[in-house]
Amino acid sequence: MTTGSGTAAGGRVAAAKKIRRYKKKSQMRTIWLRLKKNRLAMLGLVLFAAMTILVLSADLFMDYEEDAVAQNLSMRFRPPSGEHLLGTDQFGRDVLARVIYGGRISLFVGMATICVSLTAGAVIGASAAYYGGRVDNILMRIMDVFLAVPNILMAITLVAALGTSLFNLVLAMGVSQIPRMSRIVRSSVLGIIGQEYIEAARACGTSDARIIFRHILPNAMGPILVQATQTVARSVITIASLSFIGLGISEPTPEWGSMLSEAKGQLRYRPYLAVAPGVAIVMAVMSLTLLGDGLRDAMDPRLKN
Amino acid sequence: MSAPLIRTKNLKKYFPVAGGLLHAVDDVDISIGKGETLGMVGESGCGKSTLGRLLLRLVEPTSGEILFKGENILGYGQGKMKELRKEMQIIFQDPFASLNPRMTVSEIIAEPIKVTGAITNREELLERVFELMETVGLAERFVNTYPHELDGGRRQRIGVARALALNPEFIVCDEPVSALDVSIQAQILNLMMDLQDEMGLTYLFITHDMSVVKHISDDIAVMYLGRCVERAPADELFEHPSHPYTKALLDAIPVPSLKNRKKLDVIRGEVTSPIDPRPGCRFAPRCPMATPECLLFPPELMEIGVDHFVSCVLFR
Amino acid sequence: MYRTDDDEIYALNGVDLSVEAGTTLGLVGETGAGKTTTALSVMRLLPDKVGIVKKGEIFLEGRSLMRLTEADMRLLRGNDVSMIFQDPMTSLNPIHTVGDQIAEVLKLHYPDLGGDAIEAKVDEMMGMVGIPAERKGEYPHQFSGGMKQRIVIAIALACNPKLLLADEPTTALDVTIQAQVLKMMDELKRKFGTSMILITHDLGVVAQICDRVAIMYAGEIIELGTVEDIFEGRRHHPYTIGLFGSIPDMTKKTRRLSPIEGLMPDPASPPSGCGFVERCPRRMEICFGVSPDAAVRGTHSVRCHLFAHPERGATTR
Repeated sequence: MTTGSGTAAGGRVAAAKKIRRYKKKSQMRTIWLRLKKNRLAMLGLVLFAAMTILVLSADLFMDYEEDAVAQNLSMRFRPPSGEHLLGTDQFGRDVLARVIYGGRISLFVGMATICVSLTAGAVIGASAAYYGGRVDNILMRIMDVFLAVPNILMAITLVAALGTSLFNLVLAMGVSQIPRMSRIVRSSVLGIIGQEYIEAARACGTSDARIIFRHILPNAMGPILVQATQTVARSVITIASLSFIGLGISEPTPEWGSMLSEAKGQLRYRPYLAVAPGVAIVMAVMSLTLLGDGLRDAMDPRLKN
Repeated sequence: MSAPLIRTKNLKKYFPVAGGLLHAVDDVDISIGKGETLGMVGESGCGKSTLGRLLLRLVEPTSGEILFKGENILGYGQGKMKELRKEMQIIFQDPFASLNPRMTVSEIIAEPIKVTGAITNREELLERVFELMETVGLAERFVNTYPHELDGGRRQRIGVARALALNPEFIVCDEPVSALDVSIQAQILNLMMDLQDEMGLTYLFITHDMSVVKHISDDIAVMYLGRCVERAPADELFEHPSHPYTKALLDAIPVPSLKNRKKLDVIRGEVTSPIDPRPGCRFAPRCPMATPECLLFPPELMEIGVDHFVSCVLFR
Repeated sequence: MYRTDDDEIYALNGVDLSVEAGTTLGLVGETGAGKTTTALSVMRLLPDKVGIVKKGEIFLEGRSLMRLTEADMRLLRGNDVSMIFQDPMTSLNPIHTVGDQIAEVLKLHYPDLGGDAIEAKVDEMMGMVGIPAERKGEYPHQFSGGMKQRIVIAIALACNPKLLLADEPTTALDVTIQAQVLKMMDELKRKFGTSMILITHDLGVVAQICDRVAIMYAGEIIELGTVEDIFEGRRHHPYTIGLFGSIPDMTKKTRRLSPIEGLMPDPASPPSGCGFVERCPRRMEICFGVSPDAAVRGTHSVRCHLFAHPERGATTR
C-alpha cells in the first residue's frame, strides 16, 4: 500500500491537493436552485423573510412603549390616517405598531415551539423506528394518546394548570406538537432503515449512534423540515387562539389573537381593527405553508415529475 | 483440497411469520476454499440472499455453525466481530439503494476505514480512497460527486471499492450485476475476476443468472426452498446436471442462438410455500420423476462424482 | 421528447418500424435506448405534460393514430392495441378482484354484452392462461408474480387485440416461470393471430419467440432484420457485435468477456453524427459528423457507415 516513507508523504500531499481540485457540489445549492424555480415557494419565502425583518427591526423606526403600549385616550378609535396607517384602538394605541410588535411574539413562540417539539419528537420517533418491537409499540401508543386530544385543548389544559407565563405557553404548545413530529420522524426513519446502505454500514461494524447521526438523520431531514414549517404555522394559530380566549399573552403586550379578541366587538363600525391582525395571521401562516411545500418539492423532485 | 476458508455446518434460519415458521435456510452445509468462487443459484425464495447475510452475521442464524478459518464465528463477541468485519465484506445488488445519497463517493468509500479506525491520518485516508477508485476503474474526477449523479455501472464500482476498502479476504456478492445493463454487467464481471486474480479474493457469488454463474464460478451450489439440492464444479454441473431441478433450470434458459432453440420444456406449477414445509424433498410436488418415497426422504447430499453432490432419491 | 424541469430529453430520434400481422417483432436495447418510449408513443400513453411527440406518424392497419382524438384512442386501447407493462407486481389494482379486472376491459369494449356472457368470457380467459376459474374472486396479492403476469396477459388479450405491446414481460420473473409464461404467450399468439412487439434486453428470449428483430440504441433503430439475419447473418452493427460479446456464452469457456467500453450518450444532448461513435471500435472520420443512413440488403438493414459506403474500406465482417 505505502511505498517508501519519502514518497508516501509526497503521495499524501498529492492526494489532499487532488481532492481540493474537485469541488464538492453542495447539495444545499442544488436544493436552493430548485427552490428558486418554484414561484409560489419563493413568494412564501420572500413574504416570510420580509415579515421577519420588519418585526425584528421594528425598534429602528418605532418605539415599543410609546406606540404600542402607552394608552392615549384622547386618540381613541381614530380611523386610518397619515399618522396612524391602520388607525388606533380603544386605548389610543397605534394598530400598525401593535401588529408589528405582535409579530415578535408569534415569531418567538413559533421558533421556540419548534425547538421543543423537534428535539423531543426526533428522539422519540427515531428511537421507536430504530429499536422497533416493544419500544416502538410503547412509544407510539403513548403518542397516540396525546394525539387523541385536540391541540388547543391540550395547550389550554397545560396553561390552565401551569399558569400563563411565556415559558409555560411555549412548553404547552411544544408538547402538543410532539406526537405529530415523532410520527413524521418515525416514518421517515423507517423508510431509510430498510435501505441497503444501512446494512452496508452495519457490515463494516458501524456503531448504532454513528448510523443514526451519519446515515439516517441526514436523509430523513426532508420531511422533517417540511413538518417543521407546518409546526411553526400551527403554533402561530394556536397562540393566537389561546390569546383570543384570554389564556395566552396578557395585556398590554400586543398579540394578534388578543387584538382580534378586542376587535370583535367593533366589527360593524371599525372592521379594520380586526382585519389588520387577521391579515397578519393569514400572511404568516400562508407564507410558511407555501415555503414548506416548496421545500418538500425541492428536496425530492421525483415526486413532481 | 486445501482447508476451506469458510464453512457452514447445519446452518438454519427460520423466521416466525403469520402462518407459522418460514424456513428460509434449512440445514445447509457449504464450504469455499481460499481464492475460489462458489456460485449460488436459485430462484426467489431459495434462501441464497439470506445465506449470504448469515455468513456476515447481518442476520443471526437460528442454529448451526459458521466456521471462518476453522473457528466458529457465532461465538464471537462484539470486539472480535469488529475485527472479523475487516476480513469479510459484502457487495449489494441494488446500486441505487446500497449507497447513502447524502454522501460523496469518497466519503462512502472512506466510511468503513473511518469506522474501524484502520487509517486515522486524513491525507493517508484520501490517498487510500484514490487508490481504491483507481483499482475499480472510477475516474478521479468523481471523488466529490454524489451517487445519484452517476450511472448504475459506476455506482456498483463504488460498492466494489467500498467492499475492498478494508482488504477483506472473503466477499459475499449478492447479485452484484443483476440490476445492470448487459454491456455494463460484462465490465463489472471482468473487474471482479481481475481483482480476484490480483488480490487472491474468495467470493460467494449469488445470482439467478445461469450464464453469469458459469462464467465466474469454480463451483456452483443450486438452492431450492432453503436447501442445497446439488453442488458441483461449474463445468461438471452444466455437462452433467443430475438433480431434476437443476435440469429444469438449465432447460428453462433461453439461449441466444437459433441452433439450440429448445422446445422450452417447462416445469409445471409454482414454488411451494416455505412456511412449515412438509418433510421430505421440497421439489417433489413439481418433479416429473417424483415417487412416493420422495415425500419421506429427508434429503442428504450424496457424492456421485468427483466433488459432485446431489440430494435426490434417484441417486440412492 | 420528454420535457422535465431540468432538461429536455430526446428519447427517440427517428424510429421507423413495421410489424406484419401475426408476427412478433423483438425490440432489443439497453436502458435509455428508447424502447419503452416507443411503445408508450404507439399507445399514446406518454405522460401528459412531460412527454411530447414532436414529429412522426403511427399507422395501425393503415389508420393514422396520431390524428385520433383521446376518446377514439381510448376505444382503441385494450381493443385493438393492448400493452403489458414490465412489473407484474404493480400492474394490477390491489383493491379489485382479478375477475373484475378482466371483466372491466370486456365491459368497456363490449357494452352490449350481458353479465353472464361476460362472466363466461372471464372464465375462458383465465382457463387459457392456466389459472383455475374458481380463483376469479381472489385479489392480486394472493397470487405469485408469475400468476399475476398471466392475469395481466389475460386482460390484455381479452378483447382479442390485433397488436400486443409487451414491455419486458418476463424480466421480473424467475427463469422457470419465465419459460412457462413465454410458452403460453407463444401459444396464445398463434391461436389468436395476434401481432406482438416484444420489448426485451434478453437476446435469448428474442431467439426463442421472435420472428423479426429491431435493435435500438440512443433513440434510433440501428439494425433491423429477421431473426435469422440477426443471429446468423454476417453484417452487423458494431453495437450488436458488442451486445453478443457481453453475454457469457454457456457453451464455451471464455476467460474474459468483451464488453463495450463506455456508456450510452446522454439523451439530453443528442450527438450529431452516429450516436455510437464514442464507443465504436471501428469508427471512421465520417461517423463523427454525419448520421448514417440505413444500408439495406434484403430483409436486413444496418444503420452504419461501414456498410453504407463500402468504398470507404469496410468489408463484410
